[in-house]
Amino acid sequence: MSYPKKVELPLTNCNQINLTKHKLLVLYEDMLLGRNFEDMCAQMYYKGKMFGFVHLYNGQEAVSTGVIKLLDSKDYVCSTYRDHVHALSKGVPSQNVMAELFGKETGCSRGRGGSMHIFSAPHNFLGGFAFIAEGIPVATGAAFQSIYRQQVLKEPGELRVTACFFGDGTTNNGQFFECLNMAVLWKLPIIFVVENNQWAIGMAHHRSSSIPEIHKKAEAFGLPGIEVDGMDVLAVRQVAEKAVERARQGQGPTLIEALTYRFRGHSLADPDELRSRQEKEAWVARDPIKKLKKHILDNQIASSDELNDIQSSVKIDLEQSVEFAMSSPEPNISELKRYLFADN
Amino acid sequence: MSKVFMFDALRAATDEEMEKDLTVCVIGEDVGHYGGSYKVTKDLHSKYGDLRVLDTPIAENSFTGMAIGAAITGLRPIVEGMNMSFLLLAFNQISNNAGMLRYTSGGNFTLPLVIRGPGGVGRQLGAEHSQRLEAYFQAIPGLKIVACSTPYNAKGLLKSAIRDNNPVVFFEHVLLYNLQEEIPEDEYLIPLDKAEVVRKGKDITILTYSRMRHHVTEALPLLLNDGYDPEVLDLISLKPLDIDSISVSVKKTHRVLIVEECMKTAGIGAELIAQINEHLFDELDAPVVRLSSQDIPTPYNGSLEQATVIQPHQIIDAVKNIVNSSKTITT
Repeated sequence: MSYPKKVELPLTNCNQINLTKHKLLVLYEDMLLGRNFEDMCAQMYYKGKMFGFVHLYNGQEAVSTGVIKLLDSKDYVCSTYRDHVHALSKGVPSQNVMAELFGKETGCSRGRGGSMHIFSAPHNFLGGFAFIAEGIPVATGAAFQSIYRQQVLKEPGELRVTACFFGDGTTNNGQFFECLNMAVLWKLPIIFVVENNQWAIGMAHHRSSSIPEIHKKAEAFGLPGIEVDGMDVLAVRQVAEKAVERARQGQGPTLIEALTYRFRGHSLADPDELRSRQEKEAWVARDPIKKLKKHILDNQIASSDELNDIQSSVKIDLEQSVEFAMSSPEPNISELKRYLFADN
Repeated sequence: MSKVFMFDALRAATDEEMEKDLTVCVIGEDVGHYGGSYKVTKDLHSKYGDLRVLDTPIAENSFTGMAIGAAITGLRPIVEGMNMSFLLLAFNQISNNAGMLRYTSGGNFTLPLVIRGPGGVGRQLGAEHSQRLEAYFQAIPGLKIVACSTPYNAKGLLKSAIRDNNPVVFFEHVLLYNLQEEIPEDEYLIPLDKAEVVRKGKDITILTYSRMRHHVTEALPLLLNDGYDPEVLDLISLKPLDIDSISVSVKKTHRVLIVEECMKTAGIGAELIAQINEHLFDELDAPVVRLSSQDIPTPYNGSLEQATVIQPHQIIDAVKNIVNSSKTITT
């Protein structure tokens, strides 16, 4: 194998990446959109506008943005129950995600899915999978379809890449190992992105995994396993760039372990009593959005006015999304059974 | 017309559909080089290549999920369960994703997917390989469930299942693969949702499916000899049930016997009785009777196994009892 067995941590030397101002601002805006969207969800949830289990992504934005903003529209993204922000990064309009959370007909899943079941076929956003690990085989199938499309259907163009996101708790589930095996066997163009936020609800990662360094598990299956600082969007992007390239070229899958942290509880229903204050404060101090902002300002890539403008436009976008969701119609009861079967 | 085994009819259906449509592929354990545990995919890998006839590791839940991912992104996979019993290990993917994903996504995705393989009680295969899963799967929303029973219907039904834009769980019976029958050489399709009238009659409607259809036909000569004239319907579609065809028959005979291989509790027959009550109660001259297999794990011992599933003599007795007892009421 040509990849390094161990990547030195932290991979945070942002200056190594020569990104244009435009690209940096796209990353900044995407992270801000993710953060503000989730904050808005919390508000709406407490106002009784959205229901059920709502899992927020605050703190982990660098992972979604760092990976997904590298992908093309034809590429695929597969997520978990903590899926709003992955969908936003993939380009699903915030108004349709918001409307879904409000249970409205204009939601991206027509109000049938809810927070944990965000889907959008036009954006190749595969879901929205609420059980641990069940999205991994589905993502693996999308990646299988990519090589099938090229080799059997002889479709021209580059391989479509699938990015499959899941958490540290998932890596103790059999479907994770089974799919690593199959993805390497068939050299599938897939990136397994572990968002290691250290906690599976109340189960600390080190209490549930015999080898807590998840990236090391890749070696047993013969794929590169790379650990990266998941609080640094540029570091995530740097690692993901290689993984996307590798997948695109037909060289097979990569496992990325992004070390990150959720700033809120597991869901809005979680009292979050087990994580210590010191632990939370240490991670909040490493806020990925503040980090990128500092990078942009310190290197005079953009002015604080420009960044404020982005913040304002994100805020307006979200206010309009809430307005859209509020004013959208409820699904029609007469269509209760619609979508159960497809027409032939 | 040519005489073919059922496994060959299923193979021909797969072959024809793969030839016609490049997106059709087979995924499962030993479907490629080995040719399938019952040779339904024999030699297809040499014709279509390893990618279209994909041998998978033994990881049922994951390769079923993989087929689902391929289906929602444009392929038409056929998953073979080496033995349908193994798909208990894929229950989550079959239920949450094959069955529910289209609805949960608000119609974002379609799932043209067939999950097929040998089911039913075989010959002394022991409990785990002799399961009756049709009843387990029937509660899952979004699935169609089909059971073939002859080489002729196996071919036409499998072709329809492959062309269907919805997930179809397709039961073949482990003891029927070597049935032989003349089938047309020209292409034909059979609708997935229509029961098959095996024999027309007027005294009683026998509702059955899969291997039990053959136990019913085995019982027929003695019944006819004794002056009974049963109508036999092979359900074909276990979900949804073809209540229209059942109605036509029950309105003629006014008596129903269900002969099924699944267990009695919460079986296909239980659902049939409920639907007959809902739709046809006033047509009945006698309570609906069901002959089901026992509510026990299938035992290994040959005699015990036989006693677990319904035998032809039980069908004969039941038909006579129902017809005779309800005759005294109506005359």
